[in-house]
Amino acid sequence: MVGISKRFPGVVANDDASFEAAEGEVHALLGENGAGKTTLSNILTGLYRQDEGEIELYGEQVRFHSPRDALDAGICMVHQHFRLVEPFSVAENVVLGDHRREGRRLVVHSGAIEKRVGELSSRYGLAVNPRARVWQLSVGEQQRVEILKALYREARILIMDEPTAVLTPQEAKALFETLRAMADEGKTVIFISHKLHEVKAVADRVTVLRAGRTVATVDARSATLSSLAALMVGREIDVARPLEQPRTLSDVLTLEVDGLTVAGDRGNIAVKDVSFALREGEIVGVAGVAGNGQRELAEALSGMRDLRAGSVRVGGKQLRGGDPREAIMAGVAHVPEDRLGTGLAPSLSVTSNVVIKTYRSRSLSRGPLLALRRMRETAVGIIRRYDVKTPGPGTPVRNLSGGNLQKLVLGREFADDPLVLVVAQPTRGLDVGAIETVHSYLREAAANGVAILLMSEDLDEIRALADRILVVYEGEIVGELSAGSTSIEEIGLLMAGGTRG
Amino acid sequence: MNDTLLVIVLADAVLYGTPLLFASLGELLAERSGVLNLGVEGMMLFGAVVGFWVTQRVEGASASVLVLAILASGLSGAAMAAIHAFLTITLRANQIVSGLALTIFAGGLGLSAYVGTELGFSPDIPAKQHFGSVDVLGLADLPVLGPIVFDQSALVYASWIAALLVGLYLGRTRFGLNVRAVGEAPASADAMGINVTLYRYVHVLIGGGFAGVAGACYSLSISPGWIAGDTLIGGAGWIAIALVIFAFWRAELCLVGAYLFGALSALPFALQARNVDVAPEFLYALPYVMTIVVLVIVSTGLSKRHLGAPAALGIPYVREER
Repeated sequence: MVGISKRFPGVVANDDASFEAAEGEVHALLGENGAGKTTLSNILTGLYRQDEGEIELYGEQVRFHSPRDALDAGICMVHQHFRLVEPFSVAENVVLGDHRREGRRLVVHSGAIEKRVGELSSRYGLAVNPRARVWQLSVGEQQRVEILKALYREARILIMDEPTAVLTPQEAKALFETLRAMADEGKTVIFISHKLHEVKAVADRVTVLRAGRTVATVDARSATLSSLAALMVGREIDVARPLEQPRTLSDVLTLEVDGLTVAGDRGNIAVKDVSFALREGEIVGVAGVAGNGQRELAEALSGMRDLRAGSVRVGGKQLRGGDPREAIMAGVAHVPEDRLGTGLAPSLSVTSNVVIKTYRSRSLSRGPLLALRRMRETAVGIIRRYDVKTPGPGTPVRNLSGGNLQKLVLGREFADDPLVLVVAQPTRGLDVGAIETVHSYLREAAANGVAILLMSEDLDEIRALADRILVVYEGEIVGELSAGSTSIEEIGLLMAGGTRG
Repeated sequence: MNDTLLVIVLADAVLYGTPLLFASLGELLAERSGVLNLGVEGMMLFGAVVGFWVTQRVEGASASVLVLAILASGLSGAAMAAIHAFLTITLRANQIVSGLALTIFAGGLGLSAYVGTELGFSPDIPAKQHFGSVDVLGLADLPVLGPIVFDQSALVYASWIAALLVGLYLGRTRFGLNVRAVGEAPASADAMGINVTLYRYVHVLIGGGFAGVAGACYSLSISPGWIAGDTLIGGAGWIAIALVIFAFWRAELCLVGAYLFGALSALPFALQARNVDVAPEFLYALPYVMTIVVLVIVSTGLSKRHLGAPAALGIPYVREER
């Protein structure tokens, strides 16, 4: 790909970006979120059309007008959010849209497809039942279906967009082996990631993107983590985190959860008989593969979901549950995973979003009337204190960047001195600078005595922040580890449902 | 034996159920591709008036005129659906609003009434042609089954073939698989090289064609003629929409549901003919009451997934969203 540019209204996603990948190579595209990696690959797969630049494939210039053109040229992509049809079987998903061989016949013969899928999955070690429905599969299995789709179509180029975000460390290792095997057969694998050690582990060469531009292409073996990081961020950063001294914590229990059971969206049991406690100023990480009850637990604690059984005590006071205002009054702050949709009201102003929890307080309203000037002052205070970059307090929050949204939400939640903060995926989608800031705000709050329940799929983040780690699997706590002495492998094994030892 | 109440009601159930079957199969195709079209009532009425117009103005052998009329009904239904398709697929308008607007625009007080009046149709003008019953294989006199199955019009037989074809198409063919993918997960279908816009257009148009034919069932078969206003098809389009939900988005269950509602529509006439003393208002209301009851039952307790509603139903598809 040479000199690719792509502009969206108000955003330049790619600006003269280029890279080349060879046959039999695992080529990594490394860059922060928003660096334009995904846009670049969406152009390569025909989903978007470039504004400028050219794509050459095996020496020939090509122009894709639709995803079908790219598929016919042998390019397949595994998107970060899978492109699977959930009610369909694995075989149906694999054959979908194919217009060769079995896919060409008018009548779909699932038997022949299932057989071929079975062959491919045993050849590449991608265990999955071809007759299973996709919604019944785990996330790891769904990813295997996506790779099988590419293999079935005999793709010559496979693009993997952030494939490890949803995997346990063990699953990620197996994935790397599959990708290497494919490269050894002469296929080209393009591996998109922002995680340095993964890129170094799997890739032959690395192209680093920053702000939509290609910064450099380097050999993965000779590159070091810190040289890659410097290329990615554009300045020297210290990759090795300073080891924190174990902190001494008080014995005051701020949050006590006992035998908590919570129902999921489909009426299933999402959280099963969970008990734990948080001390004042303690950060407890909740590790687990997405969809193992983390979201339901967070919603139950913050009053957004009914408690089916068990009790929750905050600062010694028992919560009835299912009432967000009760949780707020008791001192529970919540930074949800979906910060823009659940955490904020996107089209309301910064000011409205800041006071949306506290407008009832004496200082912000008088009877039915709102004290607009006081509200605005409060908002300006939080904007200053937490360094939120916004044109002004009247700007709709949907115009803020991800990092600033998160600073705003954190600022609002810290403003009414909570006892407990439940925070989910606090740094997902943020760039390195914003991640550092968010982490420092969380540490600061803990130092001030807030008990923090940190749910994250980023194990490095949990290990960097947490004092203790709870591992959840299928709604149950399957392990409790101390942060200092635990390896990633140990956590990963528990996350996959294995037992300790 | 063939004039017992049950046999008469069942035979009439098939007659009255046929337009419901056509219309719900059409709506099924559109909804399976992810487009909800609430304009069925309007598309049916327009198909009805155009079909009637062809039979009144075209001279020729009865069979060929009727075939031509049905084709014209289908095309006019599809033309109405094209408005909805353009608004909802290309312009991404709200599907509910657009569908309601289509019913008002094309419906009993809109375009079809205007066309009927302009052409000078009125209830006094007798139909020159209509679909009579065809005695297949000479089995019309067979006990019980004869009147119900073998003494129906060509439209009824066509509707059975249509139900069979739609069922096989959606369930067994490659194109059917693609349609279902477009209705369930348009982004996934798009990534796999399926043209989401094309599939949606085609199925909304075919759905409109079915609705047009369903309208012609009234003006050419059930009560041949044209009456401006809502009385000719009397809300059958709305029943057809409910039927798709009742049938869990499956063609074979559309058949069952259509005849159930057909029987409810036929019952009052059969009972009145026998001088059974029940308030006719109550009987006439029955299909509509049942529609509401069915919708309440299927909407409570069961989640969408269990019902089989296409996951992307009612949601416009946008690719370059940022």
